[in-house]
Amino acid sequence: MAVRSHSQHFCVYTPASQLTDPGRLFRLMLADLAASRELAWRLLVRNVSSRYRHSLLGYLWAFLPPLLTTSVFVFLQKAGYFTVGQTPVPYAVFLFAGLILWQVFSDAINMPLHMVQQSYSILTKVNFPREALVVAGIGEVLFGFLIRLSLLLCALFWFKVGVSSTMLWVPCGVLVLIGLGVGLGLVLTPVGILYHDVAHGLPFVLYLWMFLTPVLYPVPRSWPGSWSLVLNPIGPVLDTTRSWLLSGKPEHFGGFVIAMGLAFALLLVGWLLYRLALPILLERIGA
Amino acid sequence: MSDEPVVKVEGVSKKFCRRLRYSLWYGLVDLAAELTARNGHGNLALRRAEFLAVDDVCFELRSGECVGLIGHNGAGKSTLLKMLNGLVRPDKGRISMRGRVGALIELGAGFSPILTGRENIYINGAVLGFSKSEIDAKFDEIVDFAELRDAIDAPVQTYSSGMYVRLGFAVAAQLNPDIFLIDELLAVGDVAFRMKCFQHLLEIKNTGKTIVVVSHNMIDMNRVCDRVVVLDDGRKIFDGDISTGIATYESFLAKRRQAAPQRAADAAAWIDQVELFDGAGYSREDFSTGEDLIAEVTLTAKRKIANARLIVHVMTPSIGTLGSFASPHKGFAFDIEPPGAVLRFRMPKLPLLVGSYSLMVSLYGPGIKDFLHAMTDAATFKITAPAVDTFGYGVCHAVSFEHDWELVNFDREVRLRAAQSRH
Repeated sequence: MAVRSHSQHFCVYTPASQLTDPGRLFRLMLADLAASRELAWRLLVRNVSSRYRHSLLGYLWAFLPPLLTTSVFVFLQKAGYFTVGQTPVPYAVFLFAGLILWQVFSDAINMPLHMVQQSYSILTKVNFPREALVVAGIGEVLFGFLIRLSLLLCALFWFKVGVSSTMLWVPCGVLVLIGLGVGLGLVLTPVGILYHDVAHGLPFVLYLWMFLTPVLYPVPRSWPGSWSLVLNPIGPVLDTTRSWLLSGKPEHFGGFVIAMGLAFALLLVGWLLYRLALPILLERIGA
Repeated sequence: MSDEPVVKVEGVSKKFCRRLRYSLWYGLVDLAAELTARNGHGNLALRRAEFLAVDDVCFELRSGECVGLIGHNGAGKSTLLKMLNGLVRPDKGRISMRGRVGALIELGAGFSPILTGRENIYINGAVLGFSKSEIDAKFDEIVDFAELRDAIDAPVQTYSSGMYVRLGFAVAAQLNPDIFLIDELLAVGDVAFRMKCFQHLLEIKNTGKTIVVVSHNMIDMNRVCDRVVVLDDGRKIFDGDISTGIATYESFLAKRRQAAPQRAADAAAWIDQVELFDGAGYSREDFSTGEDLIAEVTLTAKRKIANARLIVHVMTPSIGTLGSFASPHKGFAFDIEPPGAVLRFRMPKLPLLVGSYSLMVSLYGPGIKDFLHAMTDAATFKITAPAVDTFGYGVCHAVSFEHDWELVNFDREVRLRAAQSRH
């Protein structure tokens, strides 16, 4: 057991599992989360400013990919290669909104493992609150979303869709998407540290997952497509949040609430797993 | 101050596995054990391909002590240091640390190469646990310590490696913990900067902090530590004063290297043994600086080797080869006839300072390719007196140089030189 919080001045290291004293473990988790704020902010500033400093297009990279994807799909749809049925707003806006919400989820699920792998050298050499990596990562996901959101707002005015008070609910939806993504990402991180199969397989899984989620098309009303709402918790969350973005009325709020509970549970389990697994697994990858 | 130990290491062991596939699998198994809250009392049963990197080590440190951990590569020093820092958990035993712990294990942790020195000071500081206001307050001090005033707004990737570590050390130097853990850091930067680091370390030591240092440089150890713990294959083999500790370590190192002698498979001649004597002909292993050393080399030959050569390397474990000489250099030519021969060479007035030394002796025929036999650590000896002075006010390191001094009249000398340069 590593009884040590980053604000404590007495520590004992023994082989006993940290779970033998859950109360203390929980207190240490909260203390470390609080102690990680400053570092998380520094890491966030570092990652954001170093990501775009070495590129010509800079922050444009934040919204070029969804913009180009939108253009291609709109072109294919206009050319009649596929039909998506009735969308409440112009398809370009509908699609772009779906894509940036999907990207919140996909960035969030990739983030914990990515942050850990990027920080191996300091993780194996410096004892800092490990929560800081994840908090900084969440900040980065939000930062990317805000940049893309500003473009969406421009599009909403350009296509004369406008904004309404439902926009105020959007943060809630985005947080649930991040919660689901980060929670799943944290659960995958321990295995991902040991076996790179996770990092190799995840992009492929996410690619297929996106097609099974109502991102490119509105929620199917008939069998079998409608089942995707039940089996895929991202479906109702994404659709509900998109409705809020586009001033529509959410039709799957029940699913959203269930997914919210799931996000909370996943985050908690993921955090616990991350915390227990990191010290054991990092010694295996050496460095 | 209470006499309670600040650091207490009680019967600590750590398993290790060098086979990647097994290691990864054991990682998963250990994780499962952790999640089911088993593993309560430490399970030391070695699984396949595992060994003990740290084996039942105990020691206590009191406030104000500076202890060096020494041992060969893989002896378990770094693993032990990581356990003290809480990065690696013991598999058995218990470590307790009373006070804030600061580790200088990685300089410049968290540096991003494309950001400027200024930005990186804040990042590195945050990784080490400083708040922004603390760094703000110490910013100028850090930049001055690192001697990087001009380059502070340039990206770190444009820095030389010396500048990089200077910046890293300058930030870390602001740490003010009760227990300092240091891993092989004193070997950074140029001499002036290293001396600055030493000075800083000694100041920390004088304020009653506890310091644990891992280093391969025995001279550096001598400068700061007042106690050493010697590890060999994970076990503690010595704990006590520094000169005995270093001697123990160096003799272990020499033993470890007495591997199978290298010899051509069908060598026609080889070295049997090398014995050392003093100038009076008595067999000796301990010498003083300036004494004469005589070595007798016994060779065996299966057939005649004409114009053979003997090459001698003088080595010391912490530095390596100090120098070498060979029999032809002084015009000495010899043939070896079966069954063998005995050669004697003399090293008058040994110019070596206190420490452990060894001779590597190799036997060649007349040509460059005619290698016959090389014997590492063919003979080992120690210089035991007089004492050296590691602080640089006297003599230290390995070689004793002749030197004499005089004070010259400045005016006369300078005028003389000016007059010469005009012509």
